[in-house]
Amino acid sequence: MTKYIIRRLLQTIPVLIGVSILVFSLMHLIPGDPAQIIAGEGAPEKTVEQIRERLGLNEPIHKQYLNYMSGVVQGDLGNSVRSGRPVVDEIKTRFWVTLELATYATILAVFIGLMAGIISAVRHYTFTDTAIMIVALFGLSMPNFWLGLVLIDWFAIGGDWLPAWAKLRPSGWGDSWRQVVLPVITLGTGGAAIIARMTRSSMLEVIGQDYIRTARAKGLTDRVITYRHALKNALIPVVTVVGLEFGGFLGGAVLTETIFAINGMGRLTVQAINTRDFPIVQGAVLVISVLFVFVNLIVDISYKLLNKRIDLG
Amino acid sequence: MEKKELLVVDGLKQYFPIKGGFLGRTVNHVKAVDDISFTIHEGETVSIVGESGCGKSTTGRAILRLEEPTEGKVVFNGEDLTKLPKGEMRKHRKDLQIIFQDPYASINPRQTVSDVLNEAMEIQKVVPKKERRDRIIELLETVGLNAAQADRYPHEFSGGQRQRIGIARALSVNPKLIICDEAVSALDVSIQAQVLNLLDELQDEYNLTYLFISHDLGVVRHISDRVIVMYVGKIVEIGDKHSIFDNPKHPYTKALLSAIPVPDPDRERNHIVLRGDVPSPIDPPSGCRFHTRCPFAQEKCRVDVPELVRHDGMQEGHEAACHFVEEIERGEVKPKELQVTTF
Amino acid sequence: MVETILDVRDLRTSFYTDEGEVKAVDGVSFSVPKGKTIGIVGESGSGKSITSLSILRLLASNGKVVGGEVRFKGDNLLAYSEKKMRSLRGNKISMIFQEPMTSLNPVFTVGQQISETLIEHQGMSKKAAMAKSVDLLKLVGIPSPDKRVKQYPYELSGGMRQRVMIAIALACNPEILIADEPTTALDVTIQAQILGLIRDLQQRMGMSVVLITHDLGVVAETCDYVAVMYAGQVVEYSDVRTLFRKPKHPYTVGLLKSLPRPDEDQEKLIPIHGTVPSPLHMPVGCRFNPRCPAATDLCREKLPDLFDDGEGNQVRCWIYNEQWPGEKEVDVFGEERTARC
Ligand SMILES: Nc1ncnc2c1ncn2[C@@H]1O[C@H](COP(=O)(O)OP(=O)(O)OP(=O)(O)O)[C@@H](O)[C@H]1O
Ligand SMILES: Nc1ncnc2c1ncn2[C@@H]1O[C@H](COP(=O)(O)OP(=O)(O)OP(=O)(O)O)[C@@H](O)[C@H]1O
Ligand code: SF4
Ligand SMILES: [Mg+2]
Ligand SMILES: [Mg+2]
Repeated sequence: MTKYIIRRLLQTIPVLIGVSILVFSLMHLIPGDPAQIIAGEGAPEKTVEQIRERLGLNEPIHKQYLNYMSGVVQGDLGNSVRSGRPVVDEIKTRFWVTLELATYATILAVFIGLMAGIISAVRHYTFTDTAIMIVALFGLSMPNFWLGLVLIDWFAIGGDWLPAWAKLRPSGWGDSWRQVVLPVITLGTGGAAIIARMTRSSMLEVIGQDYIRTARAKGLTDRVITYRHALKNALIPVVTVVGLEFGGFLGGAVLTETIFAINGMGRLTVQAINTRDFPIVQGAVLVISVLFVFVNLIVDISYKLLNKRIDLG
Repeated sequence: MEKKELLVVDGLKQYFPIKGGFLGRTVNHVKAVDDISFTIHEGETVSIVGESGCGKSTTGRAILRLEEPTEGKVVFNGEDLTKLPKGEMRKHRKDLQIIFQDPYASINPRQTVSDVLNEAMEIQKVVPKKERRDRIIELLETVGLNAAQADRYPHEFSGGQRQRIGIARALSVNPKLIICDEAVSALDVSIQAQVLNLLDELQDEYNLTYLFISHDLGVVRHISDRVIVMYVGKIVEIGDKHSIFDNPKHPYTKALLSAIPVPDPDRERNHIVLRGDVPSPIDPPSGCRFHTRCPFAQEKCRVDVPELVRHDGMQEGHEAACHFVEEIERGEVKPKELQVTTF
Repeated sequence: MVETILDVRDLRTSFYTDEGEVKAVDGVSFSVPKGKTIGIVGESGSGKSITSLSILRLLASNGKVVGGEVRFKGDNLLAYSEKKMRSLRGNKISMIFQEPMTSLNPVFTVGQQISETLIEHQGMSKKAAMAKSVDLLKLVGIPSPDKRVKQYPYELSGGMRQRVMIAIALACNPEILIADEPTTALDVTIQAQILGLIRDLQQRMGMSVVLITHDLGVVAETCDYVAVMYAGQVVEYSDVRTLFRKPKHPYTVGLLKSLPRPDEDQEKLIPIHGTVPSPLHMPVGCRFNPRCPAATDLCREKLPDLFDDGEGNQVRCWIYNEQWPGEKEVDVFGEERTARC
């Protein structure tokens, strides 16, 4: 097992290098001269030259990459072109907001998804099952931004129950849970639906297994059979989905944050793109990608841990 | 009368690498078949028996080069198959056919029976196109099906009928040797008897040679001329049917035979109970591979690998790989703890 | 006369599928005398497993017992509440299954899976149950049981797993053990270990065993009574010696004649021609009539009952009834004359 973890860790190294190259080339993939683009159209040649100088854009490309990377390794992602502040500082505060949002969304998705999936599986082919699965299908097919807008319309504007705009505090969410609710629902619904469907099919498969028959032949109650014998096995494939969802939420936060005007990484990135603040875009994408890679790593390892007994059998 | 040697297997080894470690290096081998030799004569039926995982199927597959043997010779009709280039080998495939437990498991379910047979003949180019339809019908009738069934799909047949189709497919290319790997094991007794009888009749009619792989000793006794007993990749005893069943010499063969329940309520049978489980072919026991479970095992058994030898009181061609065949026979080597049971 | 502990009368179980009603079990009767072993034999799909699952009421959700009685010490189990039934399962009546590789839950240790039964039925504490589990593992002949209780099923071989299944089944000293092909998936040398073990434990604990198998050798050596099943019905029920010495039903006769024997040479096997009917298209009359060499018009029209011969043996065949239109001595499957009325 330790061997596996080490091997898996080593495997992330090339992935991370690949990611960094991709992120780095971002600036160079855009047609035209990045310095010119940053400076804006019609900017005087001198300004453009300054920018080029500041960003080291006149050096050979591999040198640029190495420079960038040596900075990254030391925790320096460059400076924002607009504010001049270090990118790391700009990102730091926003990062936690997004992480929190994604975490809450994951918790919501897991909680609702598991409940719905289990109920559906236990009552399969009944009305309850059908109803849950129809709702899940809705949840799945609803685009994020649309759900967000509908929620705002219903609860914030129409009902005035929950505030639509999370207080813009650089340090986080603001102090009321109510500000969190709508964005988390917006972000988590799709995931909940996926997890519900996954849990249901996984449970149904497990319920058909021989060892469930054994459990019934032992005279155990349905409760024990469902929650002890079946669920523990059924959760194994669900774990993967949960991990993927969490990763997805990090990316998906862009829309949600924009709609609810939350100052997270997503919003930061969008703003940076609008203002052509490439160092920020690079930094944000890099952080999210690295996080994604590590979430995947954790999922893989936990899956392996959970699955070990079956794997070798 | 000296019969013609059709297949000579000499020193055959089949090792499967086990990958592991950081870079997927080969860390060990499954020694599935480890240096076995035997001969099959034209027109006879030789069976391989033994417990699950002892290397029966691997032997069959290695003969056909479905997996490349690690070492050893497979001489068929005077020609060493292991030395042939791939293309040459394909031509020889028509002489060596194999029937599996469920032949249809490896067949496209959207092919009709006649498609299946047609394809087999097409590949081997044994029958001109025009005559194929007639040949298909003839084949189906040979195996006890009728012409009307030629255009049906696999799922429309019962297990026994599918096995007949598998036999028809093997026959379609006029083979000399047919390897039957658990070919009747999945069938119910009443159907199994039909297929066994069919195999019998076909053998007489076409002078076929069978290598019959099975773990059912009743079936083996019925169909075989000679029997090979395998244990963890090695042959422990070989001989004609009566020598093996009525005069077994190797302690494993004895235990194996005694373990079979016999359909006769009046016969009180003592079954020798072997301790423990079959060892893994990855790290087979040293010396005699049976020593970990053998009631007679001595120090020598742990160290020296026994050869197949014909001892006193054994028929021509009957050989056993045990150091103490004669001593056990004379009662000089006694079982340490011979546990017997009646069910 | 020994006391009958389980009496199954005219059991009928159906499955409701897209293609229609599958009468998987359709007239199964046999009784289990206390302390004895009865065998249920029959070919694949003849309804053996469904019979045993019906007894314990463990059918899949699309299956239903539609008729008959299952009397356990006089009480009809089919009338029990689910709760009462549950208190019986794994406690008074236990069951082991064919597939030792998949019948244990992969994510729990062996000890957890054994002690669960003890906690459920005997109200033991976790600790006491675990200690008893070790004893049970020892009882079923597993070496170093105190280590094994902590292991997961994947760490055990097939034979070991079947021993664990037996330990689970025997945990509460059941009065009846139903074993559905307990050794079919195992090698013969391991089969010998397991069958020896069951016989041993049966004698020690005085339980009755219902042994389901398709291996007539196993039946001959282990059973006291035998029920032969064909196409969802019991076609013959008798003591084991009678069954092998004087089989009555043409199907039983055919089965014995088509069996390749490991203990003696046979010139030729005499197969039963044709195939087992599909449960969706059962033949009218006797279900064996399309394959039976002795069949008459009566057989093709009317389903025979299980006729009793007055000695406790039963056979579902018209030959043994006064309505039989043919000769008194019937030649079934070649050489041997089987029937005497
Ligand atoms: N392609 C393969 N790669 C690795 N190991 C293999 C491979 N094929 C077979 N083995 C191993 O080789 C051994 C012999 O296998 P084989 O299939 O020949 O057994 P067998 O005697 O036919 O058993 P059975 O009665 O179960 O069919 C087994 O331990 C098996 O796991
Ligand atoms: N869930 C189900 N739905 C529909 N039909 C079923 C179901 N379970 C079993 N059957 C049918 O019931 C019949 C009897 O099955 P059963 O499992 O009792 O056979 P068996 O005698 O135990 O056979 P085997 O020797 O193969 O185990 C079969 O025809 C089978 O197809
Ligand atoms: S009732 Fe008729 S068809 Fe059925 S087994 Fe008896 S003789 Fe044969
Ligand atoms: Mg095999
Ligand atoms: Mg069954």
